[in-house]
Amino acid sequence: MARLGAFREPPGFGPVLFVVLSLPGVLAIAGTLSDILAGTRWFGADPVKEVEHYLGRWTLRLVLASLCVTPLRKLTGWSWLAKYRRTVGLFAFAYVTLHWIAYALLDVQLDWATLVTDLLDRPYIYLGMAALLILGALAATSTKGMMRRMGGRNWSRLHSLIYVAAVLGVVHFAMAQKKDITAPLEYGAVLAVLLGWRLVQWVRQRRPTLAAS
Amino acid sequence: MLIRRAPDLKSSEITPEHLYWNRREWIAAATAAAGALVLAPGVRPLAALAQGQQRLGMPFGLQPDDKPNSYEDITEYNNFYEFGVDKGDPAARSKGFRTAPWTVRVEGLVKAPASYHLEDFLKPHRIEDRIYRHRCVEAWSMVMPWRGISLADVIKRAEPTSQAGFVEFTTLYDPQRMPGQKSRVLDWPYVEGLRLDEALHPLAFLVTGLYGKDLPNQNGAPLRLHVPWKYGFKSIKSVVRIRLLDKQPRNTWNVAAPGEYGFYANVNPGVDHPRWSQATERRIGEFRRRKTLMFNGYAEQVGSMYAGMDLNKNY
Repeated sequence: MARLGAFREPPGFGPVLFVVLSLPGVLAIAGTLSDILAGTRWFGADPVKEVEHYLGRWTLRLVLASLCVTPLRKLTGWSWLAKYRRTVGLFAFAYVTLHWIAYALLDVQLDWATLVTDLLDRPYIYLGMAALLILGALAATSTKGMMRRMGGRNWSRLHSLIYVAAVLGVVHFAMAQKKDITAPLEYGAVLAVLLGWRLVQWVRQRRPTLAAS
Repeated sequence: MLIRRAPDLKSSEITPEHLYWNRREWIAAATAAAGALVLAPGVRPLAALAQGQQRLGMPFGLQPDDKPNSYEDITEYNNFYEFGVDKGDPAARSKGFRTAPWTVRVEGLVKAPASYHLEDFLKPHRIEDRIYRHRCVEAWSMVMPWRGISLADVIKRAEPTSQAGFVEFTTLYDPQRMPGQKSRVLDWPYVEGLRLDEALHPLAFLVTGLYGKDLPNQNGAPLRLHVPWKYGFKSIKSVVRIRLLDKQPRNTWNVAAPGEYGFYANVNPGVDHPRWSQATERRIGEFRRRKTLMFNGYAEQVGSMYAGMDLNKNY
């Protein structure tokens, strides 16, 4: 364990991470444009629907990845991971934005009546939209300056909304399915493990206090 | 039960025979397509056939800008849960599906129930080519150049009794051959139904081929229904049984989600699915959404069957 913890940040980790996390988005944009404009089939026969779902799944993966950072850091002792939590979180926001653009611009084609009806009457849409707004608020307050201005306690409180966003995201994914919810259940299981780990930590931290009082 | 044809539609008009035999139209269409033929053989002549149909005022509900989808679109983007729930699963997982020998039973409230080998089932009927609009309940659509036989002819041949009011269709149940049936995502076997007058409507079609070739497995080989004025889930695939009943049969998607999928499932831009609008659709291969048409463009032919019905309730 000591040797594992001694593992330092590899040189160039930041740029490599940036490129890796950008790749699905670059492929989504390039593939969709090529499919729509040139009739290729990178995203199959219905590229709009496919890329919409693809970007939604990548958003969820990145939200879950951002929730992996702290457990991974504590289990391995790699404290240098901490600063990349923001990188992963910002990418999650970038992908949810692309997901929304694919929905509103490519799928609904800015038909305002449909956008409004979806938002007011369709639970999986407004739950997804709530998750998007949370990710937006967290992205907007992700800078060091904002953290200082808000104060660490308030900032932490606001940013614990990521748990709400993650749950909303998985529920949104499940409700969007026609029938088969295998994939949303898989994402939900990963989320449950990550939330469960935090619950265990929390209980462990509280126990001495409880015993003392 | 009302048994009649739409008054404006003679069976002689339905057959596209004169598309094939009316030389003037055919030559004109072929000439128009000749240039494009080099680029996409097999596709353009059918586009021309579609144009020919429109010029002749064929009652296929085709709109002026409708073109048959490519063979790839029609065979790589399928909802056929018997082979998996993803659109690409049917093409990927149905390759080894054996469709011969195939038996079709026609039974229930008929004077002449029988079990047929598929060849004998098809033999008495005229094989026709028809280009149909297809609208999925998921708000996408395609245009298919089918080959097949009239469902009405099959039903009449079995001589329904006077009690018969509905027709039930059943898909093959064989999880060894249809691996999707090992999952319990739907209540197998897939069943669908029509009112008898709907089943006797000249537009109701039993499909055996696509683009002039045998029907690919992923499209419901060797025998599938297409009821073009209804959402796609009504058009049951790989049919092994046709049964005449006096009661409305169950249909699989209605059993799975009664609030979302009804028995009638007529294409209706005015009645939304609970989770999405049905007012528009995305034609596979096109970017701009199209307006969805009442009864998927077949209102003139089928509208009278639903006169006086509350289509909000009977969705």
